[in-house]
Amino acid sequence: MDIGSLLISMGSMGGLGALFSTGLSIANKKLQVDEDPKVVALKEELPGANCGGCGYPGCGAFAEAVAAGEAEVTDCSVASMDAIEEMANILGVEVSASENLIARVMCQGGNYETAKKAEYEGIESCLAVKMLGGGEKLCEYGCLGYGECVDACSFDAIYMGDNGLPIVIEDKCTGCGNCVDACVRDVIELHPQSEKLFVLCKNHDNPKESRQLCTKACIGCQICVRAAGDDNMYMDNNLARVNYDNYGKDVNLPTDKCPTDCLVVLNAEEAGLEEDQEQAA
Amino acid sequence: MNLVLIFISAAIVNNFVLAYFLGICPFVGVSKKLSSAISMGMAVTFVMTISAAVTWLIYHLILVPFNVVILEYVAFILVIASLVQLVEMFIRKVSKPLYDTLGIYLPLITTNCAILGLALFAVLREYDFIESLIYGVGAGAGFTLALVIMAGIREELELANIPKPFQGAGITMIVAASLALAFMGFAGLISI
Repeated sequence: MDIGSLLISMGSMGGLGALFSTGLSIANKKLQVDEDPKVVALKEELPGANCGGCGYPGCGAFAEAVAAGEAEVTDCSVASMDAIEEMANILGVEVSASENLIARVMCQGGNYETAKKAEYEGIESCLAVKMLGGGEKLCEYGCLGYGECVDACSFDAIYMGDNGLPIVIEDKCTGCGNCVDACVRDVIELHPQSEKLFVLCKNHDNPKESRQLCTKACIGCQICVRAAGDDNMYMDNNLARVNYDNYGKDVNLPTDKCPTDCLVVLNAEEAGLEEDQEQAA
Repeated sequence: MNLVLIFISAAIVNNFVLAYFLGICPFVGVSKKLSSAISMGMAVTFVMTISAAVTWLIYHLILVPFNVVILEYVAFILVIASLVQLVEMFIRKVSKPLYDTLGIYLPLITTNCAILGLALFAVLREYDFIESLIYGVGAGAGFTLALVIMAGIREELELANIPKPFQGAGITMIVAASLALAFMGFAGLISI
């Protein structure tokens, strides 16, 4: 290897590199694409967490979809109301305030209410408990109480109450649905914030059994259905349900008629009770 | 006649994806939707054709006369990278949705071994300029063909009831393997 071939190598490669880079920089000028200023502004307002909750790969793709009119600004369930209004301003549209979804724990069978079949000592995980014979509680539908949902929540909106049931803090819940996916018993459901009336039970067992399993179980007595009327509530396999299309948002209900207190009206103070106390103190 | 044989050989018999297993990354990555598979095939075909021509010129007009054939890898990669940049700018200018669909796989054509493989094979087989060009077009057509078949099957699979253990990557690998097996049937049709 003499110095000549070294120079030739350097010269030829350098020459080629210079040639191509010149070509590319010219092409870059000619084929310049200006990014839509709207998209840039929208990206600023979005949370930037790229959680994918909106169905787009990330906040950038969502911003482009919104700017193109393919998506609504409200499709981002994580962005705060302020951010959504800001985005609406950028686009010059009115937001029809879509309702916030809140995760609701549809079970009241805590440590004091449910009958137990065994003591569990093992990994503190609902999944592990479920695989090991379905947990301590006799109820096969209710919350297992090992806080899989608490771990799943990215917003610290769920904590385990004293009674061994998860409690959702309404103010912090963004309705992303991570806890719904995490729950091995499908006890958590997403409901619009205005819906306050719930049958907080998932038990489909026949009345005789469910009555023995849990003091707060829906025992299928149908008292509520008769009181509210068939249009407003209905029975689904031994379990009373609210027909939210017609009803449910109205909270003036004879909930006191439920013999097991599983038909309840939730309100913000109740759901975030301990949180409020903390803030007050 | 020789040109036709080179084309068929590159496109079908020695298909870059299904016989040489080059360019597997976009083959699996962009074959979910038929429309994006076709566009990806077009982009790769374009880069292949042009790079076949340009690398031939560089090899025979620069590398051989200056006796620096040892630098062919560097030079070829330079050509391919520049061409991909050009294609990327062009697609972004012309069709933003297509740019978004292709996503990361567009810049990844740079490191697509099918294209470097094409340039090196063309040198190895001592093709002349026109033959190189046809070889590039054929290889691109073969790549597009493989991608389109794969995308068609995967679109159908979306509706199929796949057993749980095979869902996702598993069934994709099985389909790719079956395709490769099927293309093995062409082996020996042309020996070029």
